[in-house]
Amino acid sequence: MIVLAIESSCDETSVSINKDGTTILSNVVLSQIALHAKYGGVVPEIASREHVKGITAVFEESFEKAHIAPEDVDLVAVTEGPGLIGSLLIGINAAKAFALARNIPIIGVHHIAGHVYANAIEAPLEFPLICLVVSGGHTELLKMKSHYHFEKLGETKDDAIGEAYDKIARVLGIGYPGGPAIDERAQAYKKSDRYPMPRVSTDNPYDFSYSGLKSHVINMLNRMRMKGEPLDVDKMCASFQEAAVEHLIQKSLDAVKAVNAKMFLVAGGVAANSLLRARVQETFDFVKVAMPPFEYCTDNAAMIGVAGYYKYITHQKVDTLDMNGRSRLAIE
Amino acid sequence: MTWKKTIDNLFAMQQFAIRVAQYADKGFTVCLSGELGAGKTTFTQFFGAAIGIDEPINSPTFTIMKLYDDSNLPLVHIDAYRLEGVHEEPSLEDYIFGPYVCVIEWYEHIKGSLPDNYLAIDFMRISETSRELIIKGSGRYETIAKALSH
Repeated sequence: MIVLAIESSCDETSVSINKDGTTILSNVVLSQIALHAKYGGVVPEIASREHVKGITAVFEESFEKAHIAPEDVDLVAVTEGPGLIGSLLIGINAAKAFALARNIPIIGVHHIAGHVYANAIEAPLEFPLICLVVSGGHTELLKMKSHYHFEKLGETKDDAIGEAYDKIARVLGIGYPGGPAIDERAQAYKKSDRYPMPRVSTDNPYDFSYSGLKSHVINMLNRMRMKGEPLDVDKMCASFQEAAVEHLIQKSLDAVKAVNAKMFLVAGGVAANSLLRARVQETFDFVKVAMPPFEYCTDNAAMIGVAGYYKYITHQKVDTLDMNGRSRLAIE
Repeated sequence: MTWKKTIDNLFAMQQFAIRVAQYADKGFTVCLSGELGAGKTTFTQFFGAAIGIDEPINSPTFTIMKLYDDSNLPLVHIDAYRLEGVHEEPSLEDYIFGPYVCVIEWYEHIKGSLPDNYLAIDFMRISETSRELIIKGSGRYETIAKALSH
């Protein structure tokens, strides 16, 4: 079975073709990151126009690389949400046009399901599993009892972890995106002393909260500035990163133990963080662990194609041409 | 004309958000400003709960906009934090001018896409727990701003 997949939920225009789910024949990604960098984030109106400009060329390149003809495609998978509405709609409309022209089924895929299934490209998933989803817009713990059956155990009550990184990097004046900037500074800091950080608590044991940690750092910086105390930026980065990652590790460990999981996955852009990767390897030595290869950590259509394939064979249900983009979308 | 109100703690913030929510109807627009960590999202969570949104409201910074449309009085929560230097954002205008209660954080970044009249609340940090709110309103929001300051 040949699946054509399209992802356009934020600032990457991507088209991928796979065979039977996990054999990736092509995965072409056109990134707009450089274009948005001067704004310190993605500008929706610009993003949507750039998707329109790029999508045809990305389609053609994806077919060329896969050595597949349009009439060989059996199913179209497309990111339905969550994401920027104007961006999602470009991918969805391209998907509908293709499905209509070829008279083949179309299936909407949850963006986060895509990130989870990025882990299935290299090794098969084993159930039950726990997946920690960490990105600029998401921080959540998912349980899967079988293919394409998701249960959300908890999520952030306020800021996503990637967002907390971006905001703290901005307050520290060390650039955008904040994840790599803070990670690099934290790695450069070799000493063991830390600035004090609060322990974060939430009502639901699997929920997260990053706004308290963010405010704590901002308050501490204000206090130091007023007292004229010198700030060690690398030490602040190391202290924040350690607290932020420990919060993820603790909750994930509780979840893995509670459901007796066979496998633990990390998904989303923050899976590229060096401390998180190291702490996951150390902590979860009693279950199978999967973290996506770096090329599949950021947004790409290959992961949407894998997820779309499993959604299709599991649920045997497809969408109609009435499908619409959604800024928020439940995964369950 | 602007009014001021001092908020001493989280409970007072909740009480204030509930009072603002009493004025909310479709088309009601509240614009929030203030530095990172000033309490804009916290206010929005209390405000959203008070108009009947029972889903968790978390930060929309990443997707810029989140729509909560499962209740009678749907809420659009916009965060223009990342839109500094943009001034106008046409893709948000269907939501800002749509049949929703609209909360816009960092509204100063998208002044070119705002309605003529809205309620504006600026969050000033006084201490780690207390805030001074600067409340402004034009058109029908002027009397609301005044009432909220008492």
